[in-house]
Amino acid sequence: MTHNMNGASSMNFTARSFLLVSVLALAACTNPDRFDSANGAGGAGGVGGTGGIGAPGSASDPRSPAYFQQTIGDRVLFVVDQSSITPQYQSVLDGQAQWLMTNTDYVAIIEGHADEQGTREYNLALGARRANAVQEYLISRGVAPSRLRVISYGKERPIELCSDEACYSQNRRAVTIISAGLSS
Amino acid sequence: MMKRLLTLLAALLVFAVPASKAVAQSGPLRIEITEGVIEPLPFANPAFVAENAAATELARNLSRVVSEDLIGTGLFREIPSSAFISQITSFNSPVQFSDWRAINAQALISGAVSVGSDGSVFVKFRLYDVFAGQELGDGLQFNGTQAGWRRMAHKVADAVYSRITGEGGYFDSRVVYVAESGPKDDRRKRLAIMDYDGANVQFLTDSNAIVLAPRFSPTGDRILYTSYESGFPRIYVMDVASVGRRALPTLEGDMSFAPRFAPDGNTVVYSLTTGGNTDIYRMDINSGNATRLTSTPSIETAPSFSPDGSRIVFESDRSGTQQLYIMSAQGGEPQRISFGQGRYGTPVWSPRGDLIAFTKQSKGRFHIGVMRTDGAEERLLTASFLDEGPTWAPNGRVIMFTRESQGETGTASLYSVDISGRNLKRIPTEGGASDPAWSPLQR
Repeated sequence: MTHNMNGASSMNFTARSFLLVSVLALAACTNPDRFDSANGAGGAGGVGGTGGIGAPGSASDPRSPAYFQQTIGDRVLFVVDQSSITPQYQSVLDGQAQWLMTNTDYVAIIEGHADEQGTREYNLALGARRANAVQEYLISRGVAPSRLRVISYGKERPIELCSDEACYSQNRRAVTIISAGLSS
Repeated sequence: MMKRLLTLLAALLVFAVPASKAVAQSGPLRIEITEGVIEPLPFANPAFVAENAAATELARNLSRVVSEDLIGTGLFREIPSSAFISQITSFNSPVQFSDWRAINAQALISGAVSVGSDGSVFVKFRLYDVFAGQELGDGLQFNGTQAGWRRMAHKVADAVYSRITGEGGYFDSRVVYVAESGPKDDRRKRLAIMDYDGANVQFLTDSNAIVLAPRFSPTGDRILYTSYESGFPRIYVMDVASVGRRALPTLEGDMSFAPRFAPDGNTVVYSLTTGGNTDIYRMDINSGNATRLTSTPSIETAPSFSPDGSRIVFESDRSGTQQLYIMSAQGGEPQRISFGQGRYGTPVWSPRGDLIAFTKQSKGRFHIGVMRTDGAEERLLTASFLDEGPTWAPNGRVIMFTRESQGETGTASLYSVDISGRNLKRIPTEGGASDPAWSPLQR
């Protein structure tokens, strides 16, 4: 978990610069048939189709959940007590929206989280605000509302365990978890 | 002599910390009750007389629990039996008050236990004011089962406490809480119930789903709590005896949490989040009909009824930070009651109606505090890395709460403190524990 998280957060910075490139690349090679093979394929961490870039289902396959999670970036981090999405993460969410609109067989649950500095109830409500901010952003970029659902875990599921800002900043997050859609 | 002391004791119990001290407490914080400790009242509690052989062990255990209850309040000190001049060998023989005065026992408890042929247990006791040389109140007798012996001990201790302090007792009560295990990033949580002192633990749910913040019904027979068992946080109501449970109705996509019963036992007030916005609602638990009580884009949560059911205290960040507000039980314009530095959350109305307990966050520390219902006379009772979620003892004189330690190995424990800030102590639990809710006194 810890390792994963550090990876993802540093990747967000690099992902930003490559994002446009990869989105364009995706758009360029979009072939309506190409994604059919992914129909009903397993959910998060699941199995991709054939014919993608790199090994099917791996992070280098742009249709794979692993690509969504690791290359686009599955999470947004927040300032203390805030739920607004900073420009840095708007581009991550633009990538998420693009991916979701391309890979229409997937649905997403957006999990909102808070750091441990706060009461349980308030943090549940704060996590919901964060998840909702991501949901609204994705909808504003064209993702169908029916494909998105939110849940808040408040401070119940930290990924970083220390009691310092270094960990808190990683725990104040909204994570978009994709899974194979009900429609498939 | 004892009367004077008792009056003093009662006075101290009612209001121990002068206003000036509350001010001092908001400075550099170190409130772990070393100041202003009152001299605990010395009592003698000779082992209860076993009136038949079957009662020998019970008699010993009962007197031990009675003493533990009293000592545990921080208001009493037990005189060791090695100091005794006389012994009590028969419940009805006259008491040699001079022997007890000589060792400065101000209160003397005398008890006896017998086990009937059907296995039922009889406990009787008398409380003496040693320096007045007379009984304090009448002798009392309880009967019950052998399995329920601890409750009988708690009832004796409640009677002693109540007669000496003038306050209601709280020992014959239970606590429902969340038992925790596993690492911080994969915490397992189960509902559990125990006696107020940590004995007789029973689990009410398994650890497959996160459960949060259980709350007793006014009669203690049902519990409201939040569970993720459906995949999303929803409120459930559980029957304590059968452990049967049902979810309160909610719409798909909504989250509901922070439930609490109204004094009528049929109305529930809670938070509902829809579209990212959290407001307070009330629901008739039988019909499932819900009414929205607040309607703002801010976070409104942690509602708690006044004991007469007419008002609700809750927290809101409508001002920009979490603060406490009171509104009518039907909703309407709320009145802000907290104005100090920092953030205030999880308000809980005292069962006596006089005080509101809360969690306060200030300068990176957490506190449990109390204030009058108009926000006056704020007093912080504790300070630590993370204290939260107060719950009141049935007599409104003691508060239990969650204290969590910091860092990667941080764990949650239950603590209690009295409303003057004295007698802070950990409630023994096996493994981690959080979100306590104190039951009313048992019947």
